[in-house]
Amino acid sequence: MDHSDSVKASVPSYLKEAQMIKQGAEARVYRGTFLGRSVIIKERFPKLYRHPEVDEKLTRRRTTQEVRSILRCRRAGINAPVVYFVDYTTHCIFLEDIIHSVSVKDHIASAQASEQNPQHLQTLADKIGETLAQMHDEDVIHGDLTTSNMLLVSGAEDQNMKLVLIDFGLSYISALPEDKGVDLYVLEKAFLSTHPKTETLFERLLKSYTASSKKSSVVLKKLDEVRLRGRKRSMVG
Amino acid sequence: MPVVIGFEGSANKIGVGIIRDGEVLSNPRRTYITPPGQGFLPGETAKHHRGVILTVLQEALDEAGLKAADIDCVAYTKGPGMGAPLVTVAIVARTVAQLWGKPLLGVNHCIGHIEMGRLITNAQNPTVLYVSGGNTQVIAYSERRYRIFGETIDIAVGNCLDRLARVIKISNDPSPGYNIEQMAKKGNKYIELPYTVKGMDVSFSGILSYIEDAAHKLLSTGQCTPEDLCFSLQETLFAMLVEITERAMAHCGSQEVLIVGGVGCNLRLQEMMGVMCKERGARLFATDERFCIDNGVMIAQAGWEMFRSGHVTELSDSWITQRYRTDEVEVTWRD
Repeated sequence: MDHSDSVKASVPSYLKEAQMIKQGAEARVYRGTFLGRSVIIKERFPKLYRHPEVDEKLTRRRTTQEVRSILRCRRAGINAPVVYFVDYTTHCIFLEDIIHSVSVKDHIASAQASEQNPQHLQTLADKIGETLAQMHDEDVIHGDLTTSNMLLVSGAEDQNMKLVLIDFGLSYISALPEDKGVDLYVLEKAFLSTHPKTETLFERLLKSYTASSKKSSVVLKKLDEVRLRGRKRSMVG
Repeated sequence: MPVVIGFEGSANKIGVGIIRDGEVLSNPRRTYITPPGQGFLPGETAKHHRGVILTVLQEALDEAGLKAADIDCVAYTKGPGMGAPLVTVAIVARTVAQLWGKPLLGVNHCIGHIEMGRLITNAQNPTVLYVSGGNTQVIAYSERRYRIFGETIDIAVGNCLDRLARVIKISNDPSPGYNIEQMAKKGNKYIELPYTVKGMDVSFSGILSYIEDAAHKLLSTGQCTPEDLCFSLQETLFAMLVEITERAMAHCGSQEVLIVGGVGCNLRLQEMMGVMCKERGARLFATDERFCIDNGVMIAQAGWEMFRSGHVTELSDSWITQRYRTDEVEVTWRD
């Protein structure tokens, strides 16, 4: 059997019974049941384009980091899915299913399209800044902050807006302002390239972050440095 | 039916190309090749370009069977790139435009690559991976800009490859990257190297300093061959590139990938990207070395698009710049 055949042959039974809802860049996401609860199963399937050794080492590292970061966030009171179980042979994580939610990406897109109350988006920006500040104060670096990786639980009023962070696949623990600055930089770029003309909204997000975080000034200084790095770099060839 | 001539010389390749309504009429090029173990410096590169540019210009006209009067517009690389070579080429473009009495157009080098890739492959709205010795970006078109979704936060992937070539003294003829690719085919032992993806961005300085340091030790103790090093570096670097491309595709909901830039010639990179695309049901588009590697006609093509949509560069604005972001240009020729 060649590599891809042996890989296909070992699909676990719980995946065969689950319903695939998304194929992301990192993993396939399924909806299934586990001990009577509705769960999301995140399967980091082997990436056939990678050399098998690169693939195995990377996948294992990412699964472990993801679970550790989620647990750390949850212990600090930040909203992230509950981790029920991890299968290290197939690199599957069993997570709480966050029902009745919409991604912040879709939410902003539809709010902009319908030209709804701009105050609502401001409140959202505040909430995001606050949540990220909390996370960074816990020294958790998300590593892949985009508006697709934040969920808004519907049915909550502006005051009780519930923001859930997901997809901690590239996350790690670090106290370095540099890493937190880069984390925000990744979000800024993803934010501005996905949602054009939202510069002021993102400014508001950063203001909220500054107000909520105990260590924000060094982080924001680093963010400025990282931004300049992108701009000043000489591009040859 | 405008006929546009394009001048490109932002790095060590100097090319002049002529295009008419999507038809490549000529595209000659020369490469400044340094001895093994050495990179190319701005002053010497500019000197090389000065020495050959008029010959290449004449070749371009002869191959196309055209005279100065047949040209409608003169396009040149405004940036980004190395200062001295850019200036050399801009001077010739400006002079020629004035001699022939034709309008001038300053073109962004990265956009030249993208527009040529789109023309040759007919990809409709791809996620573009632009990888070369000087650039590493993942780009997608949105609302009149080529937006940069992911990029290197330090050095370009081609630069990393070129510098490994220098460390193990691989020939720079025809290019260090090509020779690394050939050697990698003979390597099979995978050496674990740092893998750094930060969201949609990548970082190569860590893997470079690691391999520059480790290369000598590994080779002298016989733990691996130079072929194994080339193989391991390619497998790691390209996996990182495919990963950030896939992320951008997932984020944008895109079903097409276009690879442009010199490193895009690498067949292993194309192969890996192809496997990823197949798994997602997406299509891969790539060009061959005529258009992947810096060339004049890609500047002509971008110039053609700009010219048709009413752009012109005044003589007073025909300067060059080493730093020119892809998203600085307003793409008025696409909706």
